[in-house]
Amino acid sequence: MTTAQMIFGRLTWDSFPWHEPIVVATFVAVVLGGAAVVAALTYFKLWGYLWKEWFTSVDHKKIGIMYMVLGLIMFLRGFADAVMMRLQQAMAFNGSEGYLNAHHYDQVFTAHGVIMIFFVAMPFITGLMNYIVPLQIGARDVSFPFLNNFSFWMTTGGAVLVMMSLFLGEFAQTGWLAYPPLSGIDYSPATGVDYYIWALQVAGVGTTLSGINLIATIVKMRAPGMSLMKMPVFTWTSLCANILIVASFPILTATLVLLSLDRYAGTNFFTNDFGGNPMMYVNLIWIWGHPEVYILILPLFGVFSEVTSTFSGKRLFGYTSMVYATCTIMVLSYLVWLHHFFTMGSGASVNSFFGITTMIISIPTGAKLFNWLFTMYRGRVRFELPMMWTVSFMLTFTIGGMTGVMLAVPPADFVLHNSLFLIAHFHNVIIGGVLFGLFAAINYWWPKAFGFKLNQFWGHVSFWCWQVGFWMAFTPLYILGFMGVTRRMRVFDDPSLQIYFVIAAIGAAIVAAGIGAMLVQFAVSIWKRDELKVEGDPWDGRTLEWATSSPPPEYNFAFTPVVYDADSWADMKRNAYQRPLSGYQAIHMPSSTGTGVILAGLATVCGFALIWYMWWLAALSFVGIVGFAIFHTFNYKRDYYIPVEDVTRTEEERTRILAAGV
Amino acid sequence: MRWSAPILAAPLAGCNWVVMNPSGDIAVQQRDLILISVALMLLIVIPVMAMVVWFAVRYRATNEATQQDYDPDWDHSTKLELLIWSAPLLIIIALGALTWVSTHKLDPYRPLDRIDANTAIDPKVKPLTVQVVALDWKWLFIYPDLGIATVNELALPTNVPVRFDITASTVMNSFYVPELAGQIYAMPGMKTQLHAVANKPVKGTGFSANYSGAGFTHMRFGYQSMDQAGFAAWVARVKASATALDRNVYQALAKPSEKAPVAYFGTSEANLFDAVVNLCVKPGQRCMKDLMHIDQMGGAGKESAHDTKGLQYDYPNSHVIDQEDRNKGQETAPDAPGAEKAPTPVGVSGDHSSHSGADAHAQHR
Repeated sequence: MTTAQMIFGRLTWDSFPWHEPIVVATFVAVVLGGAAVVAALTYFKLWGYLWKEWFTSVDHKKIGIMYMVLGLIMFLRGFADAVMMRLQQAMAFNGSEGYLNAHHYDQVFTAHGVIMIFFVAMPFITGLMNYIVPLQIGARDVSFPFLNNFSFWMTTGGAVLVMMSLFLGEFAQTGWLAYPPLSGIDYSPATGVDYYIWALQVAGVGTTLSGINLIATIVKMRAPGMSLMKMPVFTWTSLCANILIVASFPILTATLVLLSLDRYAGTNFFTNDFGGNPMMYVNLIWIWGHPEVYILILPLFGVFSEVTSTFSGKRLFGYTSMVYATCTIMVLSYLVWLHHFFTMGSGASVNSFFGITTMIISIPTGAKLFNWLFTMYRGRVRFELPMMWTVSFMLTFTIGGMTGVMLAVPPADFVLHNSLFLIAHFHNVIIGGVLFGLFAAINYWWPKAFGFKLNQFWGHVSFWCWQVGFWMAFTPLYILGFMGVTRRMRVFDDPSLQIYFVIAAIGAAIVAAGIGAMLVQFAVSIWKRDELKVEGDPWDGRTLEWATSSPPPEYNFAFTPVVYDADSWADMKRNAYQRPLSGYQAIHMPSSTGTGVILAGLATVCGFALIWYMWWLAALSFVGIVGFAIFHTFNYKRDYYIPVEDVTRTEEERTRILAAGV
Repeated sequence: MRWSAPILAAPLAGCNWVVMNPSGDIAVQQRDLILISVALMLLIVIPVMAMVVWFAVRYRATNEATQQDYDPDWDHSTKLELLIWSAPLLIIIALGALTWVSTHKLDPYRPLDRIDANTAIDPKVKPLTVQVVALDWKWLFIYPDLGIATVNELALPTNVPVRFDITASTVMNSFYVPELAGQIYAMPGMKTQLHAVANKPVKGTGFSANYSGAGFTHMRFGYQSMDQAGFAAWVARVKASATALDRNVYQALAKPSEKAPVAYFGTSEANLFDAVVNLCVKPGQRCMKDLMHIDQMGGAGKESAHDTKGLQYDYPNSHVIDQEDRNKGQETAPDAPGAEKAPTPVGVSGDHSSHSGADAHAQHR
């Protein structure tokens, strides 16, 4: 071993993808863009502000917003991957190899899946739950505010590792779940799978801890009077999603530990030889993977419930059955994992069992849909943007659910498994459910977070681009599935298929316009924020988060509210609730700390070192993590009091605004 | 229910949708199942979607006509609750029953009891066996009953039940011929099975439906079903090849390559497939079934823990195309020494009575 190898492991000059012009161009753009951002932050002297007010903040609202920003940035990356795939598949006909070679293309589709699930959907829903749940239950923060900050930075650390793989070494070429033996060291010897493993492990710590945190928050920190059956539905669905996180992410962690032992220590859990069993990995990863899709969708079911009820001006129809439906889905989501591989050769009885349990999930899901329907019934439905996204979700998701049940019939799955029909199906539910739900949530709660509404015009443009673009992009994929076209293909022989891929690519372009319109919507709204300014409760909301000002003060509520009803804020408004105007007290709050950034930074370095076999650095950073965590236990300056004068000043300011508004 | 599927399928018959318009009885039944389950679900999906639109429009805040209907506290109705839980439940009971029955009936491991909807056969009739090995990145088909083998070309006689024994050499693949029957995974060290029958003479394509690495996209093979006479002629053509498939040829063939041309082997070593499944084609390699037998009998004692000779199967870089091999041909040369090109590569040979869709799919090479 040379000295260079000792220091840099397997990182060499050739690890930089000089020979891939697309990557080099991207790299140059990223460096220039990054340099511009750094220069701007330095010029406007924003580093101190960002560090003090955001990076080290333990305020659940700021952490929630940071999660959303992370999700948005990664969404742009994941979508860029999607566009690259659509372009490649639209081009690679009639002997053309397209513009991506196998090495590049296989990384693109792997990265697309990994990023969209782990670094887009997960940060988005975690951010949403982080921001909204404490407000909905009348709490001042989450149970473990420092842990919350640490969780966010671990998730970010994972995202950083994935992004690094673009310019340093390579990403996995295995598909987003990295099935062995293909992901084993003998068949994927380079850094790709190691980036995959360590990015997910680092981020997985954050996800698991944030799940624990939110469960504790919901169980222990509800306002007086808020019994479980008086919790807002979004909080209910968040509780169920977090229980799923805590119960399933350790399985992912353990599975990836076994895979990394195979890759690093020469064990044989999932190899072909020495008694390894790759089928075990497939089972384990889906025992995590299926609950994962419900982790993503359940909180959005909560969003749709809140939005439908608010914009229909009515109580949610069938609150109790909604809660039981959510809990049923939570339990059943553990009993269906095998439907992801009916084709692996299980017997007919095993396949039928998992097929039927899968179908059973559609019963509570169907009940939910009916509940939203009957919430609109005899209501006064206001078609603001959140409601538009919700109605479009109901229509889109129903189709996606139907194609899902088709795939749940094992013999039907035998002809559709791994086809583009499957791809269309899960985009149908993930875009139609998770993304549309997020857009509903963003439009709904943006005024809560920032004190002004989002611009309607650009919101409408974005909405219609998404609707048209989505169906144009994925209807051809459904059809191609019926033509027996399988997923992850890079080039095609049958020229009659090309037209479908061209239509899908145009659909993707329209979606891109929708994303662009959404960014414009944000920019225009921020620019014209004075015109869009709102009071605490712009939508005539029904739950506690609307009881405080928008944006809420850092302590959320000057007085902890008392709850008598599931729609507690609607109940308070109806009973002529009077905001207390005196008797304020100093408020006990957690202090900011940089420990989360430092620990997560060290964990990211450790992951990087393990990917590149820089053992000294891995050991050093690991010792650093343990050492700094111990050091942090001696930090006794963990809390402070907001002086009563500050509370009084903030609240009196609000009293003035409210009086002026009336 | 049985009569309904062909009617539902009628509008699709004109399309180039092979999954909706296959020529093998198993695939036809799987198609019918898709259509029946869709029809069942539409019973509830269509009313729900109609109601979404109807309620959203009717109860919009700007609709004067429904202002007096507004009832902000109406949030429960036991009758409606019963309906919204029981309607999907009933559909799922029907679908669940259908699933249970059809999954057992179409279990890929189950010997066929019919050739098509009108012709029953005794499941004890010995089917034609085809052994399928997914290699990097091509397909090997061994016909043990006929003593022949091919690469990237699968031919079957019509109306003869076929049993596929399926495995792979290095990583997971999925064996799928849409014309014939649904897919099943091909996995190293494992044997999966698929029973199927071809009912019409067609030309089509088969492929791997599970991503297996860099050469995956080209991992396609020609599929043709032909009448008895045609199949006999095809077998004779393969038999005419002087090349024999033995363990050495197999090992060369198994080396990674892309776009491997069709190859015929006039003779094929007996028990080769068994050795492939047991990961012991290479001389000196110990077969998994022997090791499992030893384990079953109580193991070979402590000292056997250090006796790992002939046990390693996965090797570094065994999944990349050898540069020397790549340089030999314009793409990658066929690795089988002496494997000769098929005299009539599929997709080029003369006239055939396939349905409209098959031609496009046959242009796979």
